[in-house]
Amino acid sequence: MTVPAQALDAAVRQDGNWKRLSPRMLLVHPVIELGKALPAIVGAFLAGHGSGNDSSGSRWSLGIAGVVMAFAMLRWVTTRYRITPAQVQLRHGLVRRQTRAAPLDRVRTVDVTAHLLHRTLGLARVSIGIGTSDRKGRQALVLDGLGAERAAALRSELLHRPADAAQPKQPTQPVAPAEVELARLDPAWLRFAPFTLTGAVTGLALLGIGWRIVGEGHVNVGHLGPYRAVADRLEEWPLAVDILAVFVAVAVFVAVASTVGYVLSFTGFRLTRHDGGTLHVTRGLLTSRATSIERRRLRGVELSEPLLLRTAGGARCLAVATGLRVGRGAERGGEILLPPAPKAEAVKVGAAVLGTDAPLTVPLVAHPLAARRRRIARALAGAIVLGAAFDAAVLLAGWDSALLSVPGAFVSVAVALGYDRYCSLGHAFVRGYVVTRFGSVVRRRTAVAADGVIGWNLRSTFFQRRLGLTTLVATTAAGRQKYSVADLADADAVRFADMCVPGLLEPFLT
Amino acid sequence: MTAASLRAPAHLVDPRAKAYWTVRSLAGWLVIAAVQIIVWVAVKHPDAVHPILFAVTVAVALAHVSVMPQWRYRVHRWEATDTAVYTQSGWFNQERRIAPVARIQTVDTQRGPFEQVFGLANVTVTTASAAGPLKIHGLRRAAADALVEDLTVRTQAAGGDAT
Repeated sequence: MTVPAQALDAAVRQDGNWKRLSPRMLLVHPVIELGKALPAIVGAFLAGHGSGNDSSGSRWSLGIAGVVMAFAMLRWVTTRYRITPAQVQLRHGLVRRQTRAAPLDRVRTVDVTAHLLHRTLGLARVSIGIGTSDRKGRQALVLDGLGAERAAALRSELLHRPADAAQPKQPTQPVAPAEVELARLDPAWLRFAPFTLTGAVTGLALLGIGWRIVGEGHVNVGHLGPYRAVADRLEEWPLAVDILAVFVAVAVFVAVASTVGYVLSFTGFRLTRHDGGTLHVTRGLLTSRATSIERRRLRGVELSEPLLLRTAGGARCLAVATGLRVGRGAERGGEILLPPAPKAEAVKVGAAVLGTDAPLTVPLVAHPLAARRRRIARALAGAIVLGAAFDAAVLLAGWDSALLSVPGAFVSVAVALGYDRYCSLGHAFVRGYVVTRFGSVVRRRTAVAADGVIGWNLRSTFFQRRLGLTTLVATTAAGRQKYSVADLADADAVRFADMCVPGLLEPFLT
Repeated sequence: MTAASLRAPAHLVDPRAKAYWTVRSLAGWLVIAAVQIIVWVAVKHPDAVHPILFAVTVAVALAHVSVMPQWRYRVHRWEATDTAVYTQSGWFNQERRIAPVARIQTVDTQRGPFEQVFGLANVTVTTASAAGPLKIHGLRRAAADALVEDLTVRTQAAGGDAT
């Protein structure tokens, strides 16, 4: 935000011609695309190598690399953007030319991200979210590769537009509004990192990449030295020791990878609030991210406590806002307002964002006992199916018959899970917020503003009707789009919905 | 705060919907049965599994085709007032959906091939939430068009950006 928004405004709007992205992207695209194609290139190299003809492997991989780089550069050549008084427009594609436009008055979020390569070249990627970004096929408009200063200026220009789009800008509009810091990363929070399990995802991804290289390169894993050594060692040991050793190895790997992931994602984390009420989140060590959430887009807050994090006394805090990307990686369900941290801290940040701590702290109304029966029965049904499949596999494969008793463990885990799922259930309506809590493996407590609720769904399965239960679903344009209050007594569901949004149900009540 | 139960929406759908649901589900089952017969004939040495599977399929299909349309017809209902749209759908699992007219974004009608045969149409009312489309199946075509017209007028009167 070093360039005054006013200056940018004038410059951009008078010169409405199509512009290219920063030419420095010519250095970035090829490297990134090469990275993506690496498994194929390594595979081709190994395949050529393995077939005995040394030069064909390198020739193929060089060829692939050349094509990939050429296409990556073409991307810069064919991409242009412009900012008109009404729209941001992006045009790209060589064979199939596409023009995408985002109306300025519908811009809801502007994210500026810069990964390592971007940062060394002083570039940033601007992703402009409009209201429909979470609908299928219509994602944010991305300007990949503007100069960092230009990106920051564009961001503040897009976000700090006057609320009424038709009204011309006032010359007195503040250029860099004052900001209040709501949260900042405390290094002590790192102790929660191993409990986040994000490392498990990294592990699986690495495994996937390894698998592809092995598969495309036709490598015989059995001939690799380290693999042989480990396999031999495991064969010598008894089965129980093997299981323990693998478990410990996986646990250590996941803990270390999760910690590294935490450091990479959340170093420099800051949550601030600007004059207009806009929330800004900045974070990231190698890839820096800056996200803004306008006040009028914010509908509530979610506290999320995955099981392991919960046992360690930690929680995360997420924003429930319209126009935020849903269902992707770390931002699943909304932008993060606080990384895994002590629960008290998460509640504090959530309360600061909402302006009241009541929705996050009031004791919730428990659900009827029939709900407990249903939670446990559902978990048990799953365990029984899983157990039967397991036993069938044991019998068919002719393994040790002692393994047949393993499903007993499934059943006890299922009962515990079902019970805990019941304990999580709860709802409340305080200070205009609909509060609901749900889940055991990931327990979520969500507070959504009642005026953001745009409809109710009351669902009941055949079995729920027999127990007199209803699942009440509040639909909203924000976050996960729907927030469920599971297994309420029929009458309570109607009463709760009527209390949260008075009048809507009125014509249909008896 | 005294009232604590929702009544069902006022209007039933068109009775021809029963025939439509029957034909549609029958078509689905016929495809499954046809695949089973083809496999049965194509396999060189058919054993007892094929006739048993086929018999089970026929039994389930008969039960589904005879029970589902009647049950559905009794459940499916709809109502549109000045302020809200209210639908009830499903059979084994049921769902009631209520959306305020002020939050409606689009109102569409659709007619699939089977629906056209029976002169029916369905109406989809969407709000800004990806989770909340209200669908009314099995309306007579004229009734569907009238409903769309009606809702469009009311939605425009309500205004707002619907989020």
